[in-house]
Amino acid sequence: MIDYELSPDIVATREQLHMLAEHAMRPIARDYDEREHEKPWDFINMTWQLSKNSGIGPGRENRDKTEPRPDAERNLRTCVAVEELSWGDAGLYLAMPGPGLGGAAVMAAGTPEQKERFLSRFKGEKAVWSAMAITEPGAGSDSAAIQTTAVRDGDHWVLNGTKIFCTSGLMAGDPSKSNGFIVVWATVDRSAGRAGIKSFIVNAGTPGMTIAKCEDKMGIRVSDTATLIFEDCRIPLDQILGSPEVPKTSEGFKGVMATFDATRPIVAASAIGVGRAALDFVREELKRQNIPIRYGTAVHKLTAIERDFMDMEANLQAARLLTWRAAWMMDRGQRNNLEASMAKAKAGLVVTQVTQKAVEILGPLGYSRELLLEKWMRDAKINDIFEGTQQINMMIIARRILGYSSKELS
Amino acid sequence: MINFELDQEQQLIRDTVVSFARDEIRPHAREADEKGLIPSALIQKGWELGLVQSIIPEEFGGFGNGHSAISGAVVAEELAYGDLSIAMHLLAPRLVTVPVLEFGSDALKRSVLPRFCGDRFEPASAAVMEPRMDFDALTPTTSLKRDGDDYTLNGEKCLVPLGNEARQFLVIAGLSNGTGASHPQAVLIDRETPGLTIGDRERNMGLKALATTRLVFDGCKVPREQLLGGGDGAIARLANLWRVAQSAMAVGVARAAFDYARDYAKDRRAFGQVIAQKQAIAFMLADMAMEVDAMRLLTWEAAWKLDRNEDATREAHLAKRYAAEMALKITDNALQVLGGHGYIRDHLVELFLRNARSFAMLEGFAIA
Repeated sequence: MIDYELSPDIVATREQLHMLAEHAMRPIARDYDEREHEKPWDFINMTWQLSKNSGIGPGRENRDKTEPRPDAERNLRTCVAVEELSWGDAGLYLAMPGPGLGGAAVMAAGTPEQKERFLSRFKGEKAVWSAMAITEPGAGSDSAAIQTTAVRDGDHWVLNGTKIFCTSGLMAGDPSKSNGFIVVWATVDRSAGRAGIKSFIVNAGTPGMTIAKCEDKMGIRVSDTATLIFEDCRIPLDQILGSPEVPKTSEGFKGVMATFDATRPIVAASAIGVGRAALDFVREELKRQNIPIRYGTAVHKLTAIERDFMDMEANLQAARLLTWRAAWMMDRGQRNNLEASMAKAKAGLVVTQVTQKAVEILGPLGYSRELLLEKWMRDAKINDIFEGTQQINMMIIARRILGYSSKELS
Repeated sequence: MINFELDQEQQLIRDTVVSFARDEIRPHAREADEKGLIPSALIQKGWELGLVQSIIPEEFGGFGNGHSAISGAVVAEELAYGDLSIAMHLLAPRLVTVPVLEFGSDALKRSVLPRFCGDRFEPASAAVMEPRMDFDALTPTTSLKRDGDDYTLNGEKCLVPLGNEARQFLVIAGLSNGTGASHPQAVLIDRETPGLTIGDRERNMGLKALATTRLVFDGCKVPREQLLGGGDGAIARLANLWRVAQSAMAVGVARAAFDYARDYAKDRRAFGQVIAQKQAIAFMLADMAMEVDAMRLLTWEAAWKLDRNEDATREAHLAKRYAAEMALKITDNALQVLGGHGYIRDHLVELFLRNARSFAMLEGFAIA
């Protein structure tokens, strides 16, 4: 039965996180944007303690230790939580410790033993990160083209290759930052194409893994984006996620790609949080200027500002509903590959447009670094790119609605 | 708790309407548009689905399933998927029954509703729009003035669906309060009311199968019992129910255009492959699919609020605005996918585009 109301439980999570976003993230957002590559340790430690005690935070929601129970709305809750945190600051949200993408991969493809071994780290006293390393200098959206190799040598896998654009790669991979890990995509058999691609868990500080640099970026500057070099990096055999067998078909690769069905709605939710921050700001400013938004008024009576505002609002809500639907489907165990890509493609585009429009509406104030609008516009753009660009997601949508394989439509 | 799935009863209604739209409505869409005529046998078949009777309580002769804006939106989308003009014709009686159900006195319900529970299609309609550029449904220039115990109606309405045959009209007029200001008021007018002149059939860009006319009210006497209750909130709610129905129909038309273009693109070959395998085409189709879903989600949200009896002005306004714009964009892109063939009347996409253009302008054409 159709219902658009969030459960009281999720609303409570949202309200808690809104306090955090407003009082702990907004006040330091500008500072850490200006001081790129510095880490907000006070904020990190505070949120770590908070999420340990209250169970809130992305990926850690509702983790009731005394009475473990399955969360029937885990994906939806995560989306709502991430929207709220990104309303506070998208960079700080990305920089928050926790299982993140690496944890999601372990959750999705790990054995029970691997889940216990790697996910239990997130219950400790000190903040821990994990990250996902997929992109290479020569392989972005075409993740099947990755060149990093994993070769079996006795009791070990030996990794060689270069990974770039690894979000939180520094915090997850540098042992002086945390006891984290990085999930690395590598091929065990280049001749097998997609089917040969596997993911491997590499612990922070593993010899042979070097963090070569952290990128200077347009936005989300407080979140590090690392380049990782693997030179004969040896990891134990049991740190492969899933089966080491290379199947005849590309089923194995599909399994790896399925991680995106869970993570794309989350990225979409983050985008919506940034867009909502901009929209809320514009709404407040219009209110201060006594400019009303007259819903229900005939179109010829609406001002240009009202039309712009309504378009921003409708588009943002459309993106939010697509996102919630994708998460809701996942919570019900339904395949949501098409819907996850719709959410991501729409949200990435919408947040880019909404924040640009907000900057435009506010004129000189929008462009000024005195306010956060220009920062939100810079932060927003990444959502149109990472976790699959808008175009890659459109490609996935197109294949699904047309019933084409990646060979038939590329 | 968030849920985007229709309940079983709604799914049942949808399945019924889906097959009717596909097997009965769609095959008539082109000819009805060319001739400006919908076969009466088709209207009668549509009537027998019970879409009008079902929401009327049993005490007035209906099936008593109750009124739901979400169910209304589902029906509107599926019928409009078949053909917009035919959908609007079939649902026109609801323009009278829903407002009477929601805001009519018991006496009015007793006098009006039973006639919509008979065996034959009962034509009825609403007169909302006015022939002027600055028309606003909530500030009509058509006026209702107190005249002793009763009222007098003056003014002109246009784009009244089924104006040629409706036996009753719901009219939105400005009721003067004596101080010069007025507020919108819904009244029920019989076709035979002295002073009511029904104009010739209008000729429009689209919706050509739907007979619309002007209505001129020249000192029409309106008994007070013919006024609907509910105060200002009633008109606001009715306007939101229109917006939801029109948004839902926009989803139906957009989806029809998308499906048509997708099937064509998977069949049409150029440069040695089907054009759906080309990104320029495939991306347009992907965008259409995504926006059809977005339109529907926004529409259902407004409908859901209306079913909870909450103020849905913001949601309905935004959904209607979004759906009207997207329906136009999607039907235009669908035509573009067909290229020159899309412009030819052998294919239905030019019809979808002409019909889709109406949404941004329409008020009070259907009710969810």
